[in-house]
Amino acid sequence: MTSAIPPAAIFIIGALFVPFLKGKAKQVTLLVIPLITFLDLLLMPEGSYWVIHFLDYDITFGRVDKLSMVFGYIFTIMSFISILYAIHVKDDMQHVAALLYVGSALGAVFVGDFLSLFVFLEIMTITSTCIIWSRRTEASYSAGLRYILVHIFGGLCLLAGILIHAHQTGSIEFGLIGLNGLGSYLILLGFGINCAFPVLHAWLPDAYPEASITGTIFVSVFTTKTAVYALVRSYPGTEALIAVGALMTVFPIFFAVIENDLRKVLAYSLINQVGFMVVGIGIGTELSLNGSVSHAFTNILFEGLLFLCMGAVMHQTGKINATDLGGLYKSMPLTAAFCIVGAASISAFPLFSGFVSKSMIISASGHGGMTVVWFMLLFASAGVFHHAGIKIPFFAFFSHDSGIRTKEPPLNMLIAMGIAAFLCIFIGVFPGSLYSILPYPVDFEPYTASHVLNQVQLLFFSALAFCLLILAGIYPAEIRAINLDADWFYRKGAKVFYWLASRRMPWAVLFVISVGFVIY
Amino acid sequence: MKEGHFFDKPQNVKRFLMGFYISLVLLIVADFFVPKHADFPWESFPSFYATYGFVACVGLVLVAKYVLRPLVKRDENYYD
Repeated sequence: MTSAIPPAAIFIIGALFVPFLKGKAKQVTLLVIPLITFLDLLLMPEGSYWVIHFLDYDITFGRVDKLSMVFGYIFTIMSFISILYAIHVKDDMQHVAALLYVGSALGAVFVGDFLSLFVFLEIMTITSTCIIWSRRTEASYSAGLRYILVHIFGGLCLLAGILIHAHQTGSIEFGLIGLNGLGSYLILLGFGINCAFPVLHAWLPDAYPEASITGTIFVSVFTTKTAVYALVRSYPGTEALIAVGALMTVFPIFFAVIENDLRKVLAYSLINQVGFMVVGIGIGTELSLNGSVSHAFTNILFEGLLFLCMGAVMHQTGKINATDLGGLYKSMPLTAAFCIVGAASISAFPLFSGFVSKSMIISASGHGGMTVVWFMLLFASAGVFHHAGIKIPFFAFFSHDSGIRTKEPPLNMLIAMGIAAFLCIFIGVFPGSLYSILPYPVDFEPYTASHVLNQVQLLFFSALAFCLLILAGIYPAEIRAINLDADWFYRKGAKVFYWLASRRMPWAVLFVISVGFVIY
Repeated sequence: MKEGHFFDKPQNVKRFLMGFYISLVLLIVADFFVPKHADFPWESFPSFYATYGFVACVGLVLVAKYVLRPLVKRDENYYD
């Protein structure tokens, strides 16, 4: 036994107290929760404990090994950064939802069975929807509603899959499944929706940019990364994931290039980044799985940092479209500097965190002789630099001067960005610190002369392309417009259904059946 | 804050770009002196990564601008 308590419990119990506290006491409590959790993690020995016998099954709340610990650490670190960033917010609904959301993400990471995994994922769905709604605008309400419908669908697929799987194997152990039969496909579909697989991804760029400034930070971290964790657990070496992941790295880049809302650009880059992790899971070697896990770790920090910086811009200016911004380095130099650190990390510049994690995945695809995938990942690496590495800082902080003069954001936001930026650089400079906590022993050296030179060449000549295209006036001007995505099918489909249901009910029934048939 | 920031002066932008172009040349030159360890034969071609990065990004922007945007661009209140 252990003297620790389940990390999820600390967040969930904390969430019950927070609404009754006021002022400083509330702020201190919010910040102390992740700190206690981090100490708690250090007390948790490897093994399987906190087991409850329920019906005929063992429900395990403490399956602790290196894999779950990596995610436990980074979730706790990022929750501290996100809470600090949001500490000034006077909205109990958002604070409570955020604590429950992070708590259930930690719960999902440490459970050892599918039933409690399902319950924690459903709590995450509900609480993340509340976080999206906490912006309290018409747009966030609609986006949240679409978000929860998609995720309830995903949850039902997962539940159906779990039931079939349990019936066939007699076990609900949350472990290796691989693709074998209907149950495993449904579980994969359930995880895949949370992971934003292609075509199932539209909820992400639809909902995340509609959440409140501080809420987006929370939701952008935990849902996708919990799904990545679940895939590493259950589907390592599933070859189909290589193709799925490679597509995920490539297609969002094109959307990101023409997108005007900078938080939406980040949402697309998030799909691109998760794509790298999914490829690593599909390859399934020790190197590639280490790559996926470490990339989840570093991505949470640098993608989080970019969202923090764009949130700070939005907090200070009230604007987030590239068409409205520009020249902000003059009045927000620190934020600009932090943003550049995040941009360098996501682009995988040597000495920044993305470099030491992403290169493992690309190398693993090269070692496996996967020519097409390797070219796609390299294309995606150049592309991510293009849209996240250059576009985000360039259009927000440089580009043409928008004339906006403002100040740096409040101190708590600056410190949160500072911590994230520090960690991005620290991991980039001392990759051993991250490598030592990975699930498998690491036999990989990121800093070889040829590797560094190759990456710098790739990035600098991508930058040259950006530079020449801007100077030549070919780079697509930012336009006030929306870009359709896969959500078109259900947004327009739902309208057709409502129209039919209000006029011709039998036709509406037929419509639903035929859509179901097509999907089947 | 007063005007007169770093990138407001055209000569600073010019200097910045000049530094950038010089570093590009250095990267190409360095390519000949660094021993390669490669998974694929084309990785050892001189400046393979530079060429690929440049071509990939030009292709990316052209496709996004001329193929994807005409397909998906709609008015801002399309869904309302």
